[in-house]
Amino acid sequence: MEFETVMGLEVHVELSTKTKIFCSCTTEFGGDPNTHVCEVCTGMPGTLPVLNEQVVEYAIRTGLATNCEITQYNKFDRKNYFYPDLPKAYQVSQLYLPICRNGHIDIEVNGVKKSIGIHEIHMEEDAGKLIHDPWDDCTLVDYNRCGVPLLEIVSEPDFRSGEEVIAYLTKLKQILQYIDVSDCKMEQGSMRADVNLSVRPFGQDEYGTRTEMKNINSFKAIARAIEGERARQIELITEGKKVVQETRRWDDNKGSSFAMRSKENAQDYRYFPEPDLVPIEISDEWIERVRKSLPELPTEKKERYMKEYKLPEYDVDIITGTKALVKIFEEANAVCNNPKEVSNWIMVEVLRLASETNTDPDDISFDPKNLGVLINLVKNGVVNRNTAKEEVLAKMFSDNVEPEQYIKDNNLQMVSDDSLVRDIVTSVIAANPNSIEQYKEGNEKVVKFLMGQSMKQLKGKANPAVVTKVLEEELAKL
Amino acid sequence: MELTSLSALELGKKIKSGEVGVVEATKASLENIEKYDSTYNCYVTVCKEEALKRAEEVQKLISDDTLTSPLAGVPVGVKDNMCTKGIQTSCGSKMLSNFKPTYTSTAVQKLEDAGAVILGKLNMDEFAMGSTSETSFFGATKNPWNIDRVPGGSSGGSAAAVAAEEAFCTLGSDTGGSIRQPAAFCGVTGLKPTYGAVSRYGLVAYASSLDQIGPMGKNVEDVAEVFSTIMGHDPKDSTSVKQDAKKFVLDNNIKGMKIGIPTNYFRKGLDPEVKESILASAKVLEGMGAVVEEFEMPALDYAIPAYYIIACAEASSNLSRYDGIKYGYSAENFDGLVDLYFKSRSEGFGEEVKRRCLIGAFVLSSGYYDAYYKKALQVKAVIKKSFDDAFEKYDVILTPTAPTTALKMGENLSDPLKMYLGDIYTVSVNLAGLPGLVVPCGFDKEGLPIGMQLIGKPFGEDTLLNAGFAFQSTTDYHTKKPVLKSGKEA
Repeated sequence: MEFETVMGLEVHVELSTKTKIFCSCTTEFGGDPNTHVCEVCTGMPGTLPVLNEQVVEYAIRTGLATNCEITQYNKFDRKNYFYPDLPKAYQVSQLYLPICRNGHIDIEVNGVKKSIGIHEIHMEEDAGKLIHDPWDDCTLVDYNRCGVPLLEIVSEPDFRSGEEVIAYLTKLKQILQYIDVSDCKMEQGSMRADVNLSVRPFGQDEYGTRTEMKNINSFKAIARAIEGERARQIELITEGKKVVQETRRWDDNKGSSFAMRSKENAQDYRYFPEPDLVPIEISDEWIERVRKSLPELPTEKKERYMKEYKLPEYDVDIITGTKALVKIFEEANAVCNNPKEVSNWIMVEVLRLASETNTDPDDISFDPKNLGVLINLVKNGVVNRNTAKEEVLAKMFSDNVEPEQYIKDNNLQMVSDDSLVRDIVTSVIAANPNSIEQYKEGNEKVVKFLMGQSMKQLKGKANPAVVTKVLEEELAKL
Repeated sequence: MELTSLSALELGKKIKSGEVGVVEATKASLENIEKYDSTYNCYVTVCKEEALKRAEEVQKLISDDTLTSPLAGVPVGVKDNMCTKGIQTSCGSKMLSNFKPTYTSTAVQKLEDAGAVILGKLNMDEFAMGSTSETSFFGATKNPWNIDRVPGGSSGGSAAAVAAEEAFCTLGSDTGGSIRQPAAFCGVTGLKPTYGAVSRYGLVAYASSLDQIGPMGKNVEDVAEVFSTIMGHDPKDSTSVKQDAKKFVLDNNIKGMKIGIPTNYFRKGLDPEVKESILASAKVLEGMGAVVEEFEMPALDYAIPAYYIIACAEASSNLSRYDGIKYGYSAENFDGLVDLYFKSRSEGFGEEVKRRCLIGAFVLSSGYYDAYYKKALQVKAVIKKSFDDAFEKYDVILTPTAPTTALKMGENLSDPLKMYLGDIYTVSVNLAGLPGLVVPCGFDKEGLPIGMQLIGKPFGEDTLLNAGFAFQSTTDYHTKKPVLKSGKEA
């Protein structure tokens, strides 16, 4: 029997607001345990939450960027459960009236376009972190992350393959980075995905029994978890056994999942409206203001780059796929107005340096304007292209140097002075009588050798066109 | 006249004029506490040294005109569910018997900023759940009018401390009648302000949508001054309403004031002596020019179940944070995390708190939410609506505060349902978020005080205070004092 996989995603994203959702503590990642805390985020008796309006703004931005309807009257609810990382024993979240609903994100897998529905997006607070101390065999709690604002983005069960899931997550990450609401760093836990998965024979309308895999923290692990869970469920069904509705944890090292809790043991969260917060009313004006402030989104940008700059789709996909590369592209192009060149430099040189130095594009630190400056310097014959790539850009990449200054300081300007070139060329001709003999016998290949020797003598700083011209003149004299 | 028999404002005047020193006044209060508190058990914590030190500071600030509030230098007490930095805030519970907050609640801070001297923390029913002040881990508070009677609750310590002159005025909190019923039982004046009028920041939550801090004192003027001091918007409490604090200029002219009396509050269950006294008080107000009229408010009959569902639901969530891990009581011998939770909560909470947490968890459970919690919210809306309708016709609604005068100790402890029914006249005010003022209006045959309740429109405290002030300007119930007994005499 052939099986179809049906999946839905719940993605948690930490918002990049400066302060927490209900107090003024910093949201900064790291810090010594329990230093980014106050009475409010540690849930001390008598404290009350005050909503950070920036969180609402970011949620609206996210909703609009993912084609959602904005719930103009929305509320917070309490989700009650006991766990040491949750100091109030309830999480302030949204159950009944989430801020965004009925959106979609368009993806493309192997040339096939598909729209993935977004059921809802709601705001909530993050919990702390438990750290097990094996030395003392005890568990310690770090509340720094408590109260960091989260969006939970719940998709419809629209995914049929792991590729679709990865395409969606990639697109979602791009959008969230473009609109500046989250850095989406999976390794730091600022983007986390839970996968709901079931299988059913092709053609069957009803969904199969689903399992949920929680907190998988890389795209690759998600792909593996999906494949593993799909195989496990199909095997159970094929063997005549039943899939149990449960939460499972994917162990990426072992390549298998294990059950955390079944539906029978599922928590009753006893949701009810949070009485300490007043309902949030979002005016039409507010929504319009946010809509106007939205930057160009990945899909629009891609289309524009292809149309306006006539760049190849492959290159545009890569550049628009990462906000950091877009920034480099746009700022460099603003300086040199040469989109093709900028795109080539990014695709070939910048990404090569990034991969050689194992640098995430987000962490590239040179001033993008200087790439435009460098491209102009090459175009204007100030510096040789190879020197620009091998020496100047590399130094910009590692030390963020100013290209003009660096070229000057290190005497890398191209030599365009004919007499100097001529001196070198004649000395090269004089030093290689054998080659000249071969040239006279009609061996044209020797010209390349003499050219190379001359360039070497000129330490690569000469304009190759000038060297070629002078060499040809000198050879003609022979 | 004894110094401690002065009202808060009378004392404030004498302090301002230099006739009485702040330290002298503070010492007088502390002496009364020393003398009488072994009998009445109003205080969980007495902050003797802090109070005397603060009294000296305040005296200096008054002398150099930095502090000009009418309450500057007045010794006050605070219910033990309001956080006070570095001072135990127990909520009358074993669970928080070792808890010292790292911050001070807004209402207490405002009182301190005005120059009031905090004498200590007042006894209460555990986590404000109860109407007798008997459920405190620190022992029951006793009624200064009769030590075999309860002072009411949950702000029993706050009411009894005023009656026993162990503080010039106090702060209490009211979720379902916890300021008003003890005020009635102890013969003092108490105001439950409109929900949102006073910041709840630092008030340890019982039922967040109903809790409200309010003043208790010897008369309406004192209560008005304390209310004026603690009211106003607090950026730390989103549910506090955006209004500035205001001064109340009390006026005893109530000519033409329309007063409604809901007849369904005067039927079965109401003690005849209480009924008679409330109706007689209505006559007094009528005599001063008010227009008194009877009307029906059938929605009120559903107030008690709706109140207990909402209050318990919120309480079950609010009290979940007491898990024995971060602060407060923690069980010593346990086996794993769940056992630590189980034992700490089983040992740290008293019966009534556990009962309400269980009721609350039940009504919020999956499958029951719609039948209980959602229904209760609907009832709440209906009650609010029927008050709105009533206030189309009336400026003030006059009712009894409690069905009886102060109960005998232990009488209600064994019968929680009976205790819940005793809240019949007060809980609807919390459900509707309205202000309620209780003023003494008589005594029963046994000499126990009776209090009447005046209910006002949202943020209509000024009308209520005027009505109460008018009543107190022609009656003397509020000036009567119990015969206090020192520890030896009791």
